[in-house]
Amino acid sequence: MTQTMSGIAASNGIAIAKAFRLENPELNVDKRTISDVDGELKLLTSALETSIAELEVIQKKTAETISDKEAAIFGAHLLVLSDPELVGPITERITTDKVNAEFALQETTDMFISMFEAMDNEYMKERAADIRDVRKRVLAHLLGVTIQSPSMISDEVIIIAEDLTPSDTVQLNAQFVKGFITDIGGRTSHSAILARTLEIPAVVGAKTAMADIQNGTIVIVDGLDGTILIAPEDSVIEEYKNKQAAYDEQKAEWAVLKNEATVSADGQAVEIGANIGTPKDIAGVVDNGGEAIGLYRTEFLYMGRDQFPTEDEQVEAYASVLKGMQGKPTVVRTLDIGGDKELSYLDLPKELNPFLGLRAIRLCLEMPDMFRTQLRALLRASVHGNLKIMFPMIATLDEFREAKALLLEEKVKLQTEGIEVSDSIEVGIMVEIPSTAVMADTFAKEVDFFSIGTNDLIQYTMAADRMNESVSYLYQPFNPAILRLVKMVIDASHREGKWTGMCGEMAGDEIAIPILLGLGLDEFSMSASSILKARSQISKLSKAEMAQHTDRILALSNSQEVEDYVTKLSTK
Amino acid sequence: MAEKQFTITDEAGMHARPASALVGAVSKFKSDITIEHNGKKVNLKSILGVMSLGIPSGSVVTIAADGEDENEAIERAAEVMKTEGISNQ
Repeated sequence: MTQTMSGIAASNGIAIAKAFRLENPELNVDKRTISDVDGELKLLTSALETSIAELEVIQKKTAETISDKEAAIFGAHLLVLSDPELVGPITERITTDKVNAEFALQETTDMFISMFEAMDNEYMKERAADIRDVRKRVLAHLLGVTIQSPSMISDEVIIIAEDLTPSDTVQLNAQFVKGFITDIGGRTSHSAILARTLEIPAVVGAKTAMADIQNGTIVIVDGLDGTILIAPEDSVIEEYKNKQAAYDEQKAEWAVLKNEATVSADGQAVEIGANIGTPKDIAGVVDNGGEAIGLYRTEFLYMGRDQFPTEDEQVEAYASVLKGMQGKPTVVRTLDIGGDKELSYLDLPKELNPFLGLRAIRLCLEMPDMFRTQLRALLRASVHGNLKIMFPMIATLDEFREAKALLLEEKVKLQTEGIEVSDSIEVGIMVEIPSTAVMADTFAKEVDFFSIGTNDLIQYTMAADRMNESVSYLYQPFNPAILRLVKMVIDASHREGKWTGMCGEMAGDEIAIPILLGLGLDEFSMSASSILKARSQISKLSKAEMAQHTDRILALSNSQEVEDYVTKLSTK
Repeated sequence: MAEKQFTITDEAGMHARPASALVGAVSKFKSDITIEHNGKKVNLKSILGVMSLGIPSGSVVTIAADGEDENEAIERAAEVMKTEGISNQ
């Protein structure tokens, strides 16, 4: 019988495929005295050989589907498995101390792990994690426990996982991964954002998927409404295939809008841009008729690697995005790291409140060398397109002035070195902290544009951690408090002849779009897959009419009243 | 016995990728091969050994080989150091 489960719809579309559980097993090692030394040595050799064979496949696949550079880390793991200084002592312990192979492996690797952890070089400390990773693989074989690597998937599957970290995702291949289900997370968690970027249907926050879904079971993921169907009957599969076809048909309708500008029913033009994470996402933006990049999250350039990207590497990435957009506006957000986004090679102290701590622009101003490298790279790339630079998490005007001063210093340096830099780069800020929204009139005199980051603006205004499911009811985009802040920002920018965009999740929301249009938002930036739906919606809305409703909407008392009001308007 | 000194010029020092290339390359030789840095000498055929030296940028290391193919081993090590961009000698 079909079993149903529901979670948070995180990425549109419907997928039907076999479940693939991404497990993280516990490996407990006991010390045992053995009598058959040769037998134990054979077990060790065979576990090492199986691990080597697996890693060779992973290395090859990573090189084919991602890059040689990402594959190189597995090359190092392979060398550890045949390292004479590791295998020698393990063999020695088994032979002379008569202990079991797992225990000998654990003890010997522990020694190396503590040796690396004791080093005062952050990069070397991090190598302890590599040894743990390799050890986990061999131990799993010795203990007869299965572990998988996402890069080994070569069948059409739906991934079932507790959660997917950003570094898990570098190993995923969109060709085979038809959908995601994760037990934790919300619409704005990284796995959800990634699913939308890759246009893979996904449901997150399913809570019991790992407990209830077995490997190989057929699963339907309905990313449109958050439904998960386990072991569906043929009739259900048929029904969802029809739903899938209907969705595809609607997408085809939108495709007609692909090459059109975004114009409201009363002839007012606005701009729809896309949020991207890597240069690879440009193809999806072009396919979906994006008029701009409203947010390029540069932090992905810094993730899934073991040291900072060099200036040249960054220039290459930024230039390829700018070239890909062929002169269309491209807003690049400077490094937004800290909070829930960590870098393995940047040892930041653990904070009690990471979302309120040293992150984004605060961290960049604290580490000016790192920041200057990024600014130089952006300036060098600026000649390849229409670059706009945006600083994240600005709380005070002083922070903006300091960041802009660094940018101008680097610009002058480059020009003195004879390097060409564009003279028409707009410099703006993300508005995601209530203090900045409230002070928007003052900011508007100095910045070239605002982009409202609603995910953080909501969490900071409502004082509700967006990763904490127990307070997710406070994640209220339509709370009049949020809408009033949005209006303050838009009005302030227009008074100074500047523009305001929105790059949070809200910009692509059907209920939010009529309100934002009425408030006069200039640019809507969203996941590429939402662009055509939004363009179609705006083409049916009158901006002047919506503007007449905004005062009444902003005077409503809560989020639900706003939703009801807008829903009633659109069904009229 | 053959040996040669190198100055590490890569700004990240002897990090995992070049160390892997070096270890992988010299493991094919029969000679005993070592790398010495700051008075500590380890087996160059051991990635864990090499990494445990934590060799930073600007340091001088000595690679020594002892055995029937010692000269070829040193030559190959120098080649890898150069192609991996960790030392220009």
